[in-house]
This record gives sequence, C-alpha cells and structure tokens, in this order.
Amino acid sequence: MTIPATVEITPAIVEAHGLTPKEYNRILEVLGRVPTITELGVYSVMWSEHCSYKHTRKHLATLPTKGGCVLQGPGENAGSIDIGEGFACVFKIESHNHPSAVEPFEGAATGVGGILRDIFAMGARPVALLDSLRFGPPSDPQNRKLIQGVVSGISFYGNCVGVPVIGGEFAIDPCYSDNCLVNVMAIGIAKKEDLMTAKAEGAGNVLLYYGNKTGRDGIHGATFASVELSEDAEEDRGCVQVGDPFMEKKILEATLELIASGKLVALQDMGAAGLVCSSTEMASKGGLGLHMNLNSVPQRAENLTAYEMLLSESQERMLCVIRPSDYETVAAILHRWDMDAVIVGELTTTGRFVVEHKGVVEVDVPLPSICDEVPWPEPVEPKAPAKNWIHWSEVDLTSTQLDEWFLKMVSNPHYASKRWIYEQYDHQVQTNTVVPPGLGSGVIRLRGYSGLLAATTEGNGVWCALDPYEGTKCVTAEAARNLVACGAKPMAVTNNLNFGSPRKPEGAFQLYEAIRGLGDACRALNTPVTGGNVSLYNESPRMAVFPTPVIGMVGVVENPAQLTRSFFRNPGDAIVLIGPAATHCGGSRLLKERAKQLVGPPLKIDLEREKAVQDFMLEQIKAGRFNAVTDIGDGGLLMALVDMALSGPRALGCHVVHAPDEDYLPAFLSEEPSRFIATCAPAYLPQLMDNSAGIRVVQIGDVKEDEFILDEFLRMPLSRLKVAWENAGL
Amino acid sequence: MSQQIRAAVVIFPGSNCDRDMIHALRDVMNFDVKEVWHDDAVPADVDMIAIPGGFSYGDYLRTGVLASLSPVMKSVREHAEKGTLILGVCNGFQILLEAGLLPGALRRNVGMRFRCRGWHLRAERSDSPFTEAAMLEGDVIHLHIAHGYGNYYLPSDQVARHRSQVIFRYCDSAGNVSPETNPNGSLENIAGISNERGNILGMMPHPERAVEHLLGGADGLKIFRAMEHTIRQRVGAFRS
Repeated sequence: MTIPATVEITPAIVEAHGLTPKEYNRILEVLGRVPTITELGVYSVMWSEHCSYKHTRKHLATLPTKGGCVLQGPGENAGSIDIGEGFACVFKIESHNHPSAVEPFEGAATGVGGILRDIFAMGARPVALLDSLRFGPPSDPQNRKLIQGVVSGISFYGNCVGVPVIGGEFAIDPCYSDNCLVNVMAIGIAKKEDLMTAKAEGAGNVLLYYGNKTGRDGIHGATFASVELSEDAEEDRGCVQVGDPFMEKKILEATLELIASGKLVALQDMGAAGLVCSSTEMASKGGLGLHMNLNSVPQRAENLTAYEMLLSESQERMLCVIRPSDYETVAAILHRWDMDAVIVGELTTTGRFVVEHKGVVEVDVPLPSICDEVPWPEPVEPKAPAKNWIHWSEVDLTSTQLDEWFLKMVSNPHYASKRWIYEQYDHQVQTNTVVPPGLGSGVIRLRGYSGLLAATTEGNGVWCALDPYEGTKCVTAEAARNLVACGAKPMAVTNNLNFGSPRKPEGAFQLYEAIRGLGDACRALNTPVTGGNVSLYNESPRMAVFPTPVIGMVGVVENPAQLTRSFFRNPGDAIVLIGPAATHCGGSRLLKERAKQLVGPPLKIDLEREKAVQDFMLEQIKAGRFNAVTDIGDGGLLMALVDMALSGPRALGCHVVHAPDEDYLPAFLSEEPSRFIATCAPAYLPQLMDNSAGIRVVQIGDVKEDEFILDEFLRMPLSRLKVAWENAGL
Repeated sequence: MSQQIRAAVVIFPGSNCDRDMIHALRDVMNFDVKEVWHDDAVPADVDMIAIPGGFSYGDYLRTGVLASLSPVMKSVREHAEKGTLILGVCNGFQILLEAGLLPGALRRNVGMRFRCRGWHLRAERSDSPFTEAAMLEGDVIHLHIAHGYGNYYLPSDQVARHRSQVIFRYCDSAGNVSPETNPNGSLENIAGISNERGNILGMMPHPERAVEHLLGGADGLKIFRAMEHTIRQRVGAFRS
C-alpha cells in the first residue's frame, strides 16, 4: 500500500479510514477546514478504539486502580506495584488477536515484542512471560495451522530475546474458530527509583527516535484491530508487522543502559499507530505541544510519505524525550548497540501538533484534539442476550461409556498436558524459574529479594457467556485461587478484555457487565487493576467469540519455604476438599462438549466467602499443613485430580469418593467457585476439619501408587491415563 | 585463602545466557569474572573462558557463524592454543564449531521444534578437565536443554576419530543411551564434545542453569568444580 502525498478527501476515503460521519464532522469543526490526507490518517488511528478506548473508557474508569501496593495504575506503558524491599513489579497483558488470525507466526511474535517494550519502557527488565491462547478445535486444519503458527511465533521471539515463559493457558472452543485470542502478559522488575514515565516535560526538550528503521509495514494496524475481520482477511496481510527479536534484545539492553545514565526525561515504545501515537501521547501527558520534522526519520523503504512515517507500525522502535544538551551522551550509548539515534521533534508550548516533511507542513492540528477529544460514539442500549443454555440435568449421559468418555476428555488438547507447547518456549533462561509452566501458577525468584513472585492468567469464555457479570467475578476469583494455591498472596490485576462488537446491544451488555464484575471482584479480593488492554470486534459474519476477559494476576510468596506444589507427592497422603459443597454443574465445559451447547445455570459467587476461603488456605499453607494444593475450576474436581496425579515429576494415583453432602455428578464436575483440593499428612486431618474459621474441609480420598479410582464407577491403571494425557500434542 | 579463579565471559549482541553464566561463575562459584564485549579481546591472564548461549547477532545466516567471525574470537583462538579451558554452551557451542575449534556441526532438531526440557546426561570421560574429580565415567547428571539447533552431526568418516572426545551423551535416569533418550536427533546421542587436546568443551545442555537447588537441581556445579579443580592443579604447577 502506498499513500500519495496529496489526495482529495471524499466520503469514500473518510469511510475507508474507519471514521464515522459524526467523527469526520468533528474534525472539520476542530480545524475549520478540510483535513489533509495525513491529518485524516492521524485522526483515524488516534480515534480508533485501540488508541482511544472510546467504547470502554467511561466503564474502565469505574475499576479500582488505587490501593496500598499500586505505584502506577492505568495510563502509562504498563502498571506497577510495590512488592517491598525496594522492588517494583511492572506488568501488563496485551492482545494480538487480529494480526494472529491473519498471519499467526508474525502476529504472535510481534505481540510478544510489543508487550516486552511496554515493560522495559517503564525502566524494568522483563523477567517473565505468560501466554493465554484460545483457538477453535484443532480437528479443523485451519485452526491447527493457527495454533502451530502462534506457538512457534511466540517461541521464536521470546526465546531469542531471552525472557522465560512461566505460564499461561491454552483453551479450545468453536467460538474462537474465526477469531483466535492471543494474549501475552509480561512482567518486569525494577528498583523503585528507576521507574520511567511516558510523561514529557520541558518545552525545548527534544524527541529522539531509536531502534529499527521505519517501513510501510503495519500501516493502519490500530484501525484494522478495531473492525471486524471480513471474509477478505487474507487481503489485510499488509497490515501485519514483521518482528526482529535480535533488534528487540539490543533495544532492551540499550534502553536499560539509557535509563541507568539518568538522561531520559520520558520514554515510550512505538506500538499501535507508531510514531504519531507515541509522540503525541507523551506530549499530551505533559500538557505540551509538539513540532516534528520527518526528514531525518530512519527509513528502510524508499520515498515514504509523511502519512506513512507517522502511521507505520514497524516493530522495535522507541521514542524518548531528552534535553538537547544530552544528545551526545545518549547517542553514544545507542551507537555502541549499532542503532540509529535521531532527533525527530521538539516539545513546544503552542499546544499544537505540527509535522513538517520536505519543507511542507503536513499536519497542523490542536494536540489535545487527537489525544483526548475523541467524540463519544452514539450510545448503544445494552441488552442481555436471550437465554442460551440448557440445564445441566438435561444433558443425556445414559449412553455414555464412562471410562472411554473420560479418556477422550483427558486427551482433548484443552485438558491434556500442555508440555508440547511450553517445551517450545525457553522457560528457564535468566535462571530464576522456580515453578515452570504446567504446574499451576508460574513462580520465579528475584535476586536480592527475600520472597518469590507468582503469576497466572485465567479466562473462561463459557462462564462469561452464561453471565458476563458473575462469570467475570468467578474468573477473577479463580486467578486469585491459582496464586493462593502455591502459597502466594494475590496482589494486583491486569486484564485483557476480548469481546465482540460493542456496537451491538448484546455485545455492549457483555462488555459492560464484565467490566462491572471485574471491578466488584477486584474490590472484594483487594487486588487493584493496574492496567490492561481491550480487544473488541472479535467477530466475523459467522460468529462472535464468547465474552472472554482474561485476568493476569501477580502475587508474592513471602517465604520460599511456603511455596506449595500442585501435584501429588506422597502415597498415603489424605486428599481433602476445602470450601463450599458443590450443588450443580452449570458452566461445565465437559458437559458442553457432550451437549454441544452451553450448560447452565450460570455460576454465582459469594465474594466474601471466596475471600474467607482464600485467607484460610493461605494461613494453613503458611502453617505447613499441605503437601500439595490446587484449585477447582474448568473441568471440576475430575480434571483437578488428573492434573494432580500426572503433572508432577512422578505420576501418582488416587482413590477418591464423592463428598457425602454432594451428589455424584456435581461432586466431580462442578466448577462452582471458592473450592480447593489439597493433600496432607493424615495426622493433620482433625485440626483441618475442625477449624475455627468455619470453613468446610472434607476428606474425599487418599493418594495411591499407581491406580486412578473414582468411587465405584471408574478404575484404571495410572499408566493408561498417563498415555492419554501426555500424547495429545499437535 | 586461595586465589580466585579468573574467568572471562564473552558477550555478543544477542547473547541471552550471559547474565546466567556470570551469576553461576561469580555469585555461586566465587570466580573473578570479566565480561568481555564482542569487539574487545579476552585478557591474556584469565584461567578460563565461557561462551554463553543465546542468539548471537540474531543467529542470522546460520547459528553462531557471525559470532565466530567477530573480533573477540582472535583472542579466544590464542587462548585455545595456549591451553586455556574454554566452555561453550548452546549458542556458545555453535560458535566454537563455526570457528573450527571443535569438530562437527549442529543441525535443526529432529522434529523441527525448539525444545526446553530437563534431560539426563551420561559422563563418558572422568579424566577430562570438565569432569575430573567431579564425575566418574558412567555417572548421570541432570541438566536442561533449550535449543532449536542441537542436532549434533559428524561426517561418518570422522566419527571413529573423534569418538574418544565425547564428554556427554543424552541418556535416561539409569544412564541408558538409546534413540528413545535422544532429544534432538544428535549423532550417537552426543550432547558435549571436546577438541583433541581436551581443553575446549562444547555442549548443548546448560550447566549454568543448574547451580541452585531452589531452581530444581545443582548438577551444573560439577562441571564448574571440575574446571576449578583442573585450573588449581595447573596453577600449582605453573603459577608461582
């Protein structure tokens, strides 16, 4: 795609830029004239959903974003929290759904690159990645291709930069067939005093561009991410950027050196909407104007126009603000890393965004008009979707051969071992990984820090499709339970909202209800939201994705001795169920697989009780009561037991019966919240069951050597189960 | 107190296990570690050189090939001739092969995928500077591999000539070497091999990742301790 320098602005061109007539009229009003093509391009990307959050900003403002540990809430490149002993933990999750659907390898790879830059732009060295992936069933070759492409893209980029993958998710549902979800969370660590900002200061200070050169790739990526993928998605390939992890690694090291030099006033990566977004956002945060000259922008394509240079989403590029007198020092560091370092603009007090190229003024607009004055879209009246589920008791299981069905589910890639995925990711580089992927929350140590850092991602489209408000609360609570299970105190949240179109009443309902649920859960669990990402329009003419908020959560294990594992460790240990009794199988993905439709009723959560159970578990873990802990979620007790039996270094079986106060089916399949399963020495049983907190603790079985036995209805050698679970990779 | 071992860690743009190697040698082994940038030279007075893993120069063209031509390699060659102990891990192994300091080549893993996983290794020599006084022939250690190009290859007419230089083979926990215990298709399960003189070792598994029990094992220390032992014996002989 090449955009000529002068173009007559027609309604067709306005529409092609994704601007509504209302938005275009607003531009005319602001400028008092017809915009140039470059100005039109600038408005179109800056007012896109991706950059302006125009459909969610008001709702996101209701989230709890402050709290004891929060150093930086939403609004910077990434959020950060104080984890004590002088350390800040910087973390954020981001999606690359649309690019991955079009070109899975590069789409996923550049997704990793983008989120890593957000972390080191804050002054933190990236120490961990988590990948939350959702696809359509791999029985379809197209989905298979997407899965393999995305996994190898993440592997290619993350391994080369040298950031370990310590966890994530891999989920399958037909609703993700046309729109896969590729969410990547990155975590970085900095000394608190080294944290950077993206807020520009000081008129007369200059903008310095470093890193990769600018090409034509990714032009209109941000706009592209904000519209539904058409049948012609193939034709959009030009929008997907190409990643260079070697350059990323050099930029990472150079950036940390620049920050250590103390010469940076502000710093931001060039992500969505490239140069225009990063430069104007920094100036806007400082309440300043900006005068740019594009003549010296490093270019790797010939004859780039101002339009293309401003909107290009070429990867691995950074923009910083420095004092002009510091140029020599800063450039010397960057030249040592073999990269361009050129001044492309100057901060002004005019409040205007002016761009010159080859002696022509291509853009001259009020700066706040592009950053903060996006016209609010016409409100859409949210409407709850019609009832979309059958009651779990209506699912016909009579013809089911139980052990065959069980083995089929265990070997379903959604439930089976994910080793084939995380083995492709370097999960050990940096030599901090204490708990690698595949064993609940990922856990790393930090040198010079007395505790351990734990992190998890959690999403569940099925729960949220049944009820986005309750579902999102349940997902958030489960993320916290993941952390608690390893002995970590949940600290804070980042979130990735993956939804369909907010312009449809049902889509609007799902989106806003989920945000409301997220806020309520985070308040109750005392885990503030430090940032996140919104990915809308994940729908095609055929289908929309389930509303899928993905929660990234970080926590701290105060004492490494309290780290608790998620797998059976000693034959003879008692298996206990902790938390309220199961009452129904609503939300079960296992039953959905059988019924080929959603199974209700929707899950409901009592957040006070959830918090009480979590607090009880942390206390008991600190007291050293448990040998293994995991929480119950997707797949119920049944899949929790499979994981506990098979995921450890040594597979161990179990003999488990349903709790006396639960019915058979809910006992094994319920995904109701606030429940844990743990193993302990039998000697601890009396004090656990008779606890002063009034939490229900029931023994349901024992750890065995080599048989997997559930009540009277399932009995099989562990080896048979293991083969099914381990050999389901793609 | 005995004198500290003097170690150089060579760093290329794109190295990403450099900090891990430095941590293992400096913080855990208590060596005096010098970080040497790719366009610099390794000081003449070091006792050992470590070339860490990563993706030097992005591994463009071919893994390790650009790094093998970088300025620092002149001093590495001089040290090699002098008999200084040189350990190349993962990409460091690839660089030493490309530099012609070790025999053979590394190809893409069978299965064509990057693989990160714990694996058992059998020590094939107890008299190498990298195993001496720390391992007996047949001892099994557990280290992690993390590579996409670890499939070791030698032309068939060279295998017999270099077989005695093999220091580690991939095996199972009991030390059995078989096609089932081969993670990447390497010839004869070769995981680490020396030069003829024995002072250079290239290996795909990462000893620097196995130096603390908190992270799941400390077998890597055996290799560094063997190197320390060798160096101290030599120092006893040559250094006043």
